Amino acid sequence: MISIIDYGAGNLGSIANMLRKLGNPGIITSSADDIAKADKLILPGVGNFDYGMSKLQQSGLIEVLNDKVLNDKIPVLGICLGAQLMTKKSEEGKLPGLGWFDAEVKKFSFPADQINLRIPHMGWNYVTVQKQTLLTKDLPEESKYYFVHSYYIHANTPEDVMLTTNYYNDFASALNHDNIYALQFHPEKSHKYGLKIFQNFLSI
Amino acid sequence: MNLIRVIPTLLLKGEGLVKTQQFKNPVYIGDPINAVKIFNEKEVDELVLLDITATAEKRDPKYTWIGDIVSESFMPIGYGGGVKNIEQAKKLFDTGIEKLIINTASLNNELISSLAAIYGSQSIVVCIDVRKNLLGKYQVYTNAGTEKHKISPDIMAKTVVEAGAGEIIIQSIDREGTMKGYDLDLIKMVSEIVNVPVVASGGAGTQDHLREAIQIGGASSVTAGSMFVFKGKHRGILINYPTSNDLKNLFK
Repeated sequence: MISIIDYGAGNLGSIANMLRKLGNPGIITSSADDIAKADKLILPGVGNFDYGMSKLQQSGLIEVLNDKVLNDKIPVLGICLGAQLMTKKSEEGKLPGLGWFDAEVKKFSFPADQINLRIPHMGWNYVTVQKQTLLTKDLPEESKYYFVHSYYIHANTPEDVMLTTNYYNDFASALNHDNIYALQFHPEKSHKYGLKIFQNFLSI
Repeated sequence: MNLIRVIPTLLLKGEGLVKTQQFKNPVYIGDPINAVKIFNEKEVDELVLLDITATAEKRDPKYTWIGDIVSESFMPIGYGGGVKNIEQAKKLFDTGIEKLIINTASLNNELISSLAAIYGSQSIVVCIDVRKNLLGKYQVYTNAGTEKHKISPDIMAKTVVEAGAGEIIIQSIDREGTMKGYDLDLIKMVSEIVNVPVVASGGAGTQDHLREAIQIGGASSVTAGSMFVFKGKHRGILINYPTSNDLKNLFK
């Protein structure tokens, strides 16, 4: 069973709907018992880093999440803020992240003459596969995904970078380390391209 | 590269979708869930959903209905209409919308700041509705175009972005539903003063109009209503959207 973790900072309905379309709806849950029984996890999230992290702390789920992800090594998929929370820290806040990736979250900054480069990076953009994993298997050509973010993940371990996207510079739009997958974009809002990623995640 | 978003705007009124002209004369278009399903098939970039009578009727957004619509959508949705406080915002984000669009409440900078602190600036959009007065000066309106304010659109945009808004929809009420093209001067005025994405709104009738808003107006993205729900000069109702190849060539 897939558990979609509800810690009060996410748009879970659309994720559940995409999984339902693939015939494996999973459950939206904030219960440590459900998570303990899960064989896959999705950590969604939108919003501010400290807000998300404090919500996660208040939920009391961090211990069971660490156990399932780091000890049992079940596949886990972080989406948007959920992906950023998997890093060590963020320039957006003061709280430490989950630290599952040797990575940190930085704010986009562009030269002053680049007036067309808006922050947040919002909208559809392409990805380039840097590391083939089970999640990136058979992605359609010119796969594009929906992004909404002002901060991006900087991987200290280059081997963790799974996908990159160009926004003035190339940044890591997806990371992977062992059983842990992190997506900066929203697959649940990215039509067939996102559906393919969920399909791949289901078959890991 | 970051792709330019072409965003259909759907107007909710009563139990269905309508299309207006200059904020008046709503014409019934159909059922929103059906429209969303068609836009899914057409792989639309993003949708804007506006409840155009919530503020006037002094009621809450229709959360359950919005949730039903959003659940069908495999593209991001921004919702606007009747949002005045954080509690309403929370309920709306819980329905699965990606962005919250505020218009009347955008005069409340504290609300914008609080919303941005919780949900991130990227999720907070301010829609600035504008009419030209008899002297040709742009004036900001709220309450579905019924309340006039002394502030000019560029200062308004700057103020709400400083407060925390992450995107501006700049809408010409004079052009809305006319299909005669965007007010490019207005779009330029706003896109030159803020560094967040600016979405052009009001007046699109052809794909050339969309291109003009980007290339002349300096907008980051475009939204249109009539163009994506009407077909032909008799304005027959047909939900439509350019193919991704059309769009790629259009903005090349």
